[in-house]
Parts: sequence; structure tokens; C-alpha cells
Amino acid sequence: MSTHHAPSHSEASSQSSDPVGRKGKIGVRVVGRPDSLEQRVYLPEVIRGLGVTAKHFFANLFSRKYTVTVEYPEQKLKYPERNRGLHRLMLRDDGHVRCVACMLCPTVCPAHCITIVPEETGNKSEKRPRIFEIDELRCVVCGLCVEACPCDAIRMDSGVHAPAVDYRGDAIQTKIDMLKRGTQSVATQGGVGADWREKQPTVKQYDPPK
Amino acid sequence: MTDSILMFLAEHTAVAALLKLVLLVLGFVMPLASLSTWAERRQSAMMQDRLGPNRASIGPVKLWGILHFVADAIKMMFKEDVVPAKVDRFLFALAPVMAIAPVLITFAVIPFGPDLCVGQVMSVVTDPAMCKATIPLQVARMDVGMLFYFALASLAVYGTTLAGWASYNKWSLLGGLRASSQMMSYEVCMGLSLMGVFLVYGSLEPNAIVAAQGSSILNWGIFTQPLAFILFFTAAIAETKRAPFDLPEGEPELIGYFVEYSGMRFGIFFLAEFIETIFLAAVVTTVFLGGWQIPGLDSSGFGSFHLPHLVVVLLQVVVWSLKILFLCWLQLLIRWTLPRFRPDQLMRLGWKQLLPLSLLNIIVTAAVVLWRSGGK
Ligand code: SF4
Ligand code: SF4
Repeated sequence: MSTHHAPSHSEASSQSSDPVGRKGKIGVRVVGRPDSLEQRVYLPEVIRGLGVTAKHFFANLFSRKYTVTVEYPEQKLKYPERNRGLHRLMLRDDGHVRCVACMLCPTVCPAHCITIVPEETGNKSEKRPRIFEIDELRCVVCGLCVEACPCDAIRMDSGVHAPAVDYRGDAIQTKIDMLKRGTQSVATQGGVGADWREKQPTVKQYDPPK
Repeated sequence: MTDSILMFLAEHTAVAALLKLVLLVLGFVMPLASLSTWAERRQSAMMQDRLGPNRASIGPVKLWGILHFVADAIKMMFKEDVVPAKVDRFLFALAPVMAIAPVLITFAVIPFGPDLCVGQVMSVVTDPAMCKATIPLQVARMDVGMLFYFALASLAVYGTTLAGWASYNKWSLLGGLRASSQMMSYEVCMGLSLMGVFLVYGSLEPNAIVAAQGSSILNWGIFTQPLAFILFFTAAIAETKRAPFDLPEGEPELIGYFVEYSGMRFGIFFLAEFIETIFLAAVVTTVFLGGWQIPGLDSSGFGSFHLPHLVVVLLQVVVWSLKILFLCWLQLLIRWTLPRFRPDQLMRLGWKQLLPLSLLNIIVTAAVVLWRSGGK
């Protein structure tokens, strides 16, 4: 012990101007080696430590004074607004799936966990997904699919997190599962028309500074 | 009817010993050990401002999660028992047995109550020495009691070392080596620190030590031998291989001598650790906390307030178990408060601090005892 605490003397004296032992600008607190006999005997400090833990033990035992545990299924914390939960597929005004099977989300998905099989809708200008599955065990919850979607068809704001499953297959979310969480999108049905640029309020001509 | 049964037991000591052993081990030690597995998790949680396991239930019966120990036991028993390919199968199977058997056997020397006066259970007994027939509430009364305990306790090191050696795994081997060096170092100090107590009470026999401490609290070992109490408690905690002396296990880096064990074989090591804790509590109770003695209570009752013999004995057995419960709680508190030692700090504490102090304790105690007895 004697060899170990030798350097601490110089350290202790260099910071003697600061009574709390704060040193430097970022507030690192330099704690010296145990120097006093009381600390080196170890026992009084042990008893003090036991006092701290015993205090917490009894306070938590009788009144849960310091207990911070959230008992999950009964108590739930509110998720932050931008929390990414299980995916959901949004609905059109008539209740059909908004997705047009454009394949942007499976393309961008870094985990390759989105499977879409498109089908004809009868409407010549549109497709829709016949199969839309996301393997939640492979999903890395990056949210890129939501970013990529051009028609607000897929979202992760369901507030539901991926449940524990017994079999891996059970973690695959099907189209029906995701549609059940879906709601009508606030985006204008069918877009605002091909001439949306012209319809924008005219802005002042760009005038570069000279 | 009761009297004739007690008489039979007083005459047939072997039957009585068997009965007491079963009662003590199956009725007290094993339930307490399995409860400790839950208590440890729950208590550590409370100390760390968490809640801990509180959910296991049978239907609506929840009991603060006490049933977790049942769930744990079922889990242990139904888990796959993996035996790695290159282990020494015989030693691998022997090690858990070697770890748990000594600690269970040593309970034989612990007195859990005073001698029961057969035939006078309902009357007031003023002088237990006048009893015609007695049943000692201790499985084996041997003059070498505490030596027997030391001899058997040192066998426990075989369990850990064999487990480390037989596993054919370098981490278990390291854990086993750490265990053997640690247990051997601290055994020295354990033995020497109790020497002072033997000098003061003049006996190696646990029940005689308890009887000598009497019902006056100032005559208990913790007051006559305070230094020995601290030394023994420290060394004995090191002997149980639990934090702050859990180097053989070393959860973050080694996982310990039992890293290759699974299922109930691991469960046995786990249980052995808790039984050692209870046993340590029992020894400390016996030697330092007056065993089954209650302050102010002698064999006829509290002073002039007389109580029937049976009530006195029952009270004393209950208080004995309460003392053990308290010490188990204290050990859990220590285990979850103090950080682990480095191996060199461990050796320094054992050989350079505890050992000289225990030698000093013997010398001073011997001198005082000699001076008190007038040099005879
Ligand atoms: S969140 Fe990321 S990983 Fe998950 S499905 Fe969307 S793009 Fe793929
Ligand atoms: S990006 Fe949107 S519209 Fe395109 S396939 Fe994915 S969910 Fe459907």
C-alpha cells in the first residue's frame, strides 16, 4: 500500500487551492488514495458503505422510497413522439391499402426484411401489394422504409413494440397485421395532381446577392 | 405418549441423531438455502433501488415472489446436463458432491438448542444438570467439535479445485486455482482467530462454548473477543468465496470453476455456496452471538418469571434461527455492497493483515486469561 499512495501526495498538494478537489475545466474530481489511517484500516469505511446500502434496503423495503422500477405490463411509460414501433400500413379514404407496391422500401431496407409481391388492381395505372411481409426479427428499426415511401403508406408510429415470440415465423408481420394498425392518411388522396408545381403560390424570383 | 417417545429417543441416541439431522438439514438448512437464492436477488434489488423478482406465482398466490425459488429449482432440474467432450467424467461428477457434502456434514456439530430434559418438559427446570435423561439438540456432540468443523470445511476446497481441474477448460482451471489458494490462505486465519475464543471459554465443543457464554450478553464472544469476531467473520466470508472475495468465480472474466457445469450440477455448486453462508452464520452465532442463549433467559425462565421447560427450549431454538437469519441478511448486505479485491490485495489482506492480527489476538488473550486465573 505504501508504494501505491506515494504519488498521490503531490497530486493532493497541487490541487490544495480547491477545497472540493475539483481540478481542470471539465470538473474532474480527483480522489486521492486512501491516506488517513481511518480509511486505510478499511473497516470504518466498510461500515459506512454498509450503512448506505442498508438505508436504501430498508427505505425500499417499507415504502419503495427510492425504487425506480417500472412494472412493465401494468405500468407503461409513454413513448416519445418519434418512437419507432411496429410497422403499420396506412389506408386510403376507401379503406384499401395505400401502398402502390413501388418497391422503394424493400430496396432501401438495409436488413432486406421486407417482402412485397405486387398484383394488378384492375386500374391500369396502379399496383398494390398482394403480399407485404416484414420480418421484425431482422428489422433493424432504422426507419428508412418510412422515409423512402412516396405515398405515406408505411409508418412506424404505432407505439407498439415487437412482441416476444415462441417461433421465429411468428415474428413476421403480414399485410393484415399491419393494416389492422393502419389509419387513414392525412395526405391528399391521389395526390394534388400532376400540375402541383404550377399550383404552388408563386415565390419571389431568386435574387443572388451582388 | 410424548414422554415415552422422548424417552425412547433419549435412550436410542443413534435414532435421535438421525431424526435431528433430518429435521435440521431438511427442515431448516435446505429451505433456508433455497430461499436465499430468492432473497439474494430480492435484497440486492432493494439495495440497488430496483424491485427484483416478485412475479412467480401459483394462481393468485404471489407472496412477494418467494415462489421464484420453486421456479428456479424446476428450471435447474429440467435443464440439459451438458458434459463437455474432454472432461474427466469421474472427477467432473464427483466435484459437486465434494462441494456440498462437507458443508452439510459440518452442521452436525452445531447446537441449535439446549439439552431437552425428558420427563420434565411441562414443568419448570431450574438446574438442567439435575435432569435424569436429556436429548441434546445437537446432532453430534464431540469434544473436538470445532476441529471437526475445520477439518471438514477444508475438504470443501476439493470440490472447487476438482471442478476446475476436471472441466478441461482453462478458465475453470484458473478459477479452481484461485479458489484453492484463497481457501488455504484464509483457513489459517480462520483457525487462529478462533483460538482466542477457545482460550476464553476453555472448550472446543460448540455446545460447551454456548453454555459458557451464558445468558448475560456481555459474556458473549462478540464482546469478549471483538477482534476475533471481525477477523473470523472476514476470513470466513473469504472461505465462502462470495463477494468481496469472489475471485474464484470472477463473474466478469472467469465465470469461475463451474463454468462448464449446467443443470442441477451447477445448481449444487450454487446451493453449496448458500449452505456455506448459512453454516458460517451458524458458526458465528455459536461462537460469538451466544448460540441459542437469550439475554436474561435462563433454564427456569426470565429471572423470577418462570416458564415451562418446553417453552424455554422453543424460545431458544427460535432465537437461534433468528440470529442465523440476521447473519445471512448481513452477509448478503456485505456481498452486494463491497467491490471485489484484486488477487494481490486478497493475499496481502490474508497473510499480512489478518494473520498477524490473529496471532496478536491469541497472545493478548492468552496473557489476559493467564493473569485472570492468577498464573495457575
Ligand atoms: S425499419 Fe429499416 S430495417 Fe426495418 S423494415 Fe424499415 S427499412 Fe427495413
Ligand atoms: S415505399 Fe411505400 S408505396 Fe412503395 S412499396 Fe413501400 S410501402 Fe408501398
